[in-house]
Amino acid sequence: MMNRFGPSHVKNTPLNTGLPNPWSAILVAVLLVTFPLAMSYMGEDFYIGMGSRILIMALAATALNLALGYGGMISLGHAAFLGIGGYTVAILAKAGLVSALLVFPLAILMASFAAFLIGLISLRTKGVYFIMITLAFAEVFYYLAISLPNFGGDDGLPLRTRSSVPGIRLDNALTFYFFVLLLSGLAIVLMYRLVSSRFGRAVVAIRENEKRMAAIGYPVYRIQLMAFTLSGGLAGLAGALLANLNMSVTPHMLDWHQSGILIVMVILGGSGYFWGGLTGAALFLILEEVIADHTEHWNLFLGAMLLFIVLAAPNGVMSLRDRVLGLFNRSGSNADSKGSSEQEVNK
Amino acid sequence: MSHIILEVKDLVKRFGGLVASDIQHLEVKQGEIHALIGPNGAGKTTLLSQLSGEMKPDAGAILFEGEDISALPVHKRVQAGIARSYQITTLLPRLTVRENLALAVQARTGHSFDFLGTVMDETDLDEGAINTAARVGLSPELDQIVGTLSHGKQRLLELGMALACEPRLILLDEPMAGTDVEESHNMGTLMLSLKKQHTIILVEHDIDAVFRLADRISVLVSGKVIATGTAEEIKQNPAVITAYLGEEDADELEVSA
Repeated sequence: MMNRFGPSHVKNTPLNTGLPNPWSAILVAVLLVTFPLAMSYMGEDFYIGMGSRILIMALAATALNLALGYGGMISLGHAAFLGIGGYTVAILAKAGLVSALLVFPLAILMASFAAFLIGLISLRTKGVYFIMITLAFAEVFYYLAISLPNFGGDDGLPLRTRSSVPGIRLDNALTFYFFVLLLSGLAIVLMYRLVSSRFGRAVVAIRENEKRMAAIGYPVYRIQLMAFTLSGGLAGLAGALLANLNMSVTPHMLDWHQSGILIVMVILGGSGYFWGGLTGAALFLILEEVIADHTEHWNLFLGAMLLFIVLAAPNGVMSLRDRVLGLFNRSGSNADSKGSSEQEVNK
Repeated sequence: MSHIILEVKDLVKRFGGLVASDIQHLEVKQGEIHALIGPNGAGKTTLLSQLSGEMKPDAGAILFEGEDISALPVHKRVQAGIARSYQITTLLPRLTVRENLALAVQARTGHSFDFLGTVMDETDLDEGAINTAARVGLSPELDQIVGTLSHGKQRLLELGMALACEPRLILLDEPMAGTDVEESHNMGTLMLSLKKQHTIILVEHDIDAVFRLADRISVLVSGKVIATGTAEEIKQNPAVITAYLGEEDADELEVSA
């Protein structure tokens, strides 16, 4: 099922590396469900909040991974979609609308729409120009946020309460965690369907060779625009959740610095790997937390740690798995020289 | 012979002051191998790129099966039945031969926007890939990574990618570039076998191969078609001999022909 074309010795081509192992999904699910329960049992509410933050940023990073990792669209403006999702929730809350059933879909819709418009223009450019133009669009939203007094200006907008969900009280840390887990879980399932569909395969193949994909009949621009829009919508959902977690939105959510952090998370975890966003976000936020506990110069040490990880695993932490499997295959294939030559081919 | 599948009228393409294409009239008949020859910079690849849709002409019309396609984007022309191969190998090198071909088959299925359907049954794609690989003689290499294939085999896959689109008209840009004698001979045999089902426009520098394979030849010089005809007609056309082959080469050609 994972490898849909050809025998298993060619499993690691780019069309397959982005598909998750079914066991990994179970492992991740068990981990994400037991962690907060354990923390709640130990009375460590702080770590439950931390868990929610990791999940939310993991969702944002996963959204970016769809565009950047799978699609090869290096967007330096994804904070804009995060921010638009967050601001939608905050502005509607200010107007008295707090029903999650209403504001969350609207947040996703607004972010998707922004991604569609930005993609419409940006995707006509390539390479460095694409990076710069997505950055420029995100900065427009950033300056819009700080310059409009109605939206709180520099200080941002506070939320008086978290969004309301019928039958659930989100102000409890544990409940909120599971609310985040439910929504990001749904988003992860959607993401899985996306990357394992024929659409997802086309997105990856376009990253590999855009010119050839056009020449065999793919509407490259439309496919990329669709992927970029979906990516923006997912980031918008993360933004709506983040606004609820922080009980406020600030222009920092839309800052290019935030876009940069998202890129770091994706690259750290493994760009184009299914769990790359989650791994990267978790690693980044945990390192940040641990180091900041010990020194006020945490930025310096965090930077050094990230540099070390990137040097040790240039394609991200998730790529280590492939590399370890590759070693196994090579040492095990001495008896079978044909197998070994084909493994070399995989490198 | 049969009807006109492609017609080019008053096609003009300029790069700044340079006129890269200035083709008053060019007709390609159904089922023929129509070669485009000419010195470097004559505008052969430029013409091919305008036929495939990668370049927009500044003026003129391209009629495919009687309909003007000059405004259609590349993928629409592929759907209409025109596919191309590249002079510089343009494949997905990190994927297997099977995956490359299956992608071309998938483009035809029209499911590439079906982004929620996790497709379990891929036999249609797989069969298409296997069939196309067999047609270009790459069955043994089906599960090899494309980047590790020899240059000659990559050239065959270039052709295979175009074939997998099931085109009526194939545009081949120097399919024999960089291949050895045997490979280029095989490529020629392959082309002749395709002729029954497809029309081929062939840009090729190997003049012997062109004379051997082509039903008709058009000679381009400075973006203009200076002559069109069979191999015999072209060999004896004085304008071609002076303009394209040069005086000295012309003597050699007489000897070899």
